[in-house]
Amino acid sequence: MKAIYKREVSSYFNSMIGWIFVAVLTVFIGIYFFAYNLFQGYPYFSMALGSSLFIFMVVIPILTMRSMADERHTKTDQLLLTAPVSVTAVVMGKYLAMLTVFAVPVAIACLCPLIIALNGTAFLLADYGAILAFFLLGAVEIAVGLLISSLTESQIIAAVGTFGILLLLYLWDGLVGFLPSTAQGSLIGLLVVLILLCFLINALSDNWKVTAGVLVIGAAALLAFYLRDSSAFANLLPDVLGKFSLLSAFDSFSTDHVFDVPGILLYVSISALLVFLTVQVIQKRRWN
Amino acid sequence: MIEVKNLVKRYGDHYAVDHLSFTVEDGQIFGFLGPNGAGKSTTMNIMTGYLAATEGQVLVEGHDILEEPEAARACIGYLPEIPPLYPDMTVEEYLRFCAELKKIPKDQREDQLNQVLALTHLEDMSARLIRNLSKGYRQRVGLAQAILGFPKIIILDEPTVGLDPKQVVEIRDLVRHLAKDHTVILSSHILSEIRAVCDHVLIIRKGRFVVCDTPEDLEEKLSSGSSLEVTAKAAPEQAEAVLRQVPAVSGYTLLGQTPDTARFEVRMEGDAREALFYAFAEARCPLVELRPRMASLEEVFLDLTDDDDTVAAQAAALLQAPAAPVEKEGTGDEGDL
Repeated sequence: MKAIYKREVSSYFNSMIGWIFVAVLTVFIGIYFFAYNLFQGYPYFSMALGSSLFIFMVVIPILTMRSMADERHTKTDQLLLTAPVSVTAVVMGKYLAMLTVFAVPVAIACLCPLIIALNGTAFLLADYGAILAFFLLGAVEIAVGLLISSLTESQIIAAVGTFGILLLLYLWDGLVGFLPSTAQGSLIGLLVVLILLCFLINALSDNWKVTAGVLVIGAAALLAFYLRDSSAFANLLPDVLGKFSLLSAFDSFSTDHVFDVPGILLYVSISALLVFLTVQVIQKRRWN
Repeated sequence: MIEVKNLVKRYGDHYAVDHLSFTVEDGQIFGFLGPNGAGKSTTMNIMTGYLAATEGQVLVEGHDILEEPEAARACIGYLPEIPPLYPDMTVEEYLRFCAELKKIPKDQREDQLNQVLALTHLEDMSARLIRNLSKGYRQRVGLAQAILGFPKIIILDEPTVGLDPKQVVEIRDLVRHLAKDHTVILSSHILSEIRAVCDHVLIIRKGRFVVCDTPEDLEEKLSSGSSLEVTAKAAPEQAEAVLRQVPAVSGYTLLGQTPDTARFEVRMEGDAREALFYAFAEARCPLVELRPRMASLEEVFLDLTDDDDTVAAQAAALLQAPAAPVEKEGTGDEGDL
């Protein structure tokens, strides 16, 4: 893992990608920092971070697009996958390397609350909490890019696909607002979610019996609960999907100035799940 | 030692590898021979754990490649068809990366790196970016990567494709050198290359096992029951009279004559060479030349791997039953035998 990590980090900084990523992110954080904190004198740096989040949609696909897709395109994955290292180590090495590149602009951002403190009142704990959430949210989005990159051989498709998913995550709260809030609507929506989940399980396990089992048991459980107490299903679908809103966890750090432990857990567990899925995708490709 | 048992790789309805079984013993130079698309690369990819087989098993030094992948892969150095190089690294950086990837102990890395660079004649190139290297040098860097760590088994997929003749000879010499302490498995669609270095040949066609033998035995099997080419210092009529006396001769044809010699193709049952020698000696017609006129390995290979199933089956039948009379007429190109 160490070998792959070292190679990836040096490759990012030997090519333009690493530098461009660091530069763009730093410049945009800097612009908002200047506009909100320095120019208008607002004491919370977290505000500037919250406003610069949208730039993730553009720079993260650029950072992640070549991670897995390019290895496959140039056939260098034959070296990594026939070397005495596990696939998990390969994927983790790459993921940690991208996090390291991402940590550079975050480390630069860490200076901003100190600059505020030099010139007046600063809320250091709140701001550093927000920087942590900013980093973890970026880590989730990098994991999304890693997974998409492992699904394709083309860097362009990886970048566009990642952009699409990140845009969806960005608009998540607004989209969840459109979902039906009646009990029946929730039941149907949850069944659709279950079916989508079963597609994923089937793709990973290649075992239709397992998939069918999950589908039947899940559907039976949903129907049983619905028949017992249908009023509990009102608003259930928006509530359940709203739990996965990535931005709301960040907002509780940046606007409410609360240390949101469930939000941190959500970020870490989604990142772990996406890295795990990436490993599975690569493992499974041997059989195709 | 690598044992391949009943290997199947299926893509939809297409069998890329079809129930292939063979064993590569320690210390062999084992050649995979087959036309393009015969399943050589797929088999090698399965043997190294890059692909998983649909059915069957690969044991590397007793480790199953899927059950204990890391232990099995640690015994293998692999050069795939397209060398897996990172163009943005220098040769030395790349090889250091590979050494770390292969978990070579730190104190041995420097030493091994120098050895490998020397073996592949890359010393002068070590500071160059791989991007700027020619194809031949890239191939050598790929080869250096496969040798690094001096694994027990070295698998090379078409190592000489696209190289100039001098580089081909260099790689052959290197393979022979490596074979002293390693098992080398290499693939090619060029027969002469396999014959030049390998002590075992496995011919595959459309993913199926055709034959596995030493190159000499293959030629031997094909020569028995075949015909001879005889040149005698005599008039044709005189030589024909002698040939008629030898009971093992079943037929002959005059191939050509010069003012004082006659050249015949002689078909025989069993080995008539000795009898022919004495018969001509008694008749005081000196034999100038007597050599087996057998199908060359090249022709056999072409037939064995023919696209037409019946031609291939006929050729394979010849190998299975070497004693059966051979109807085949050799057509030229025996000169190098």
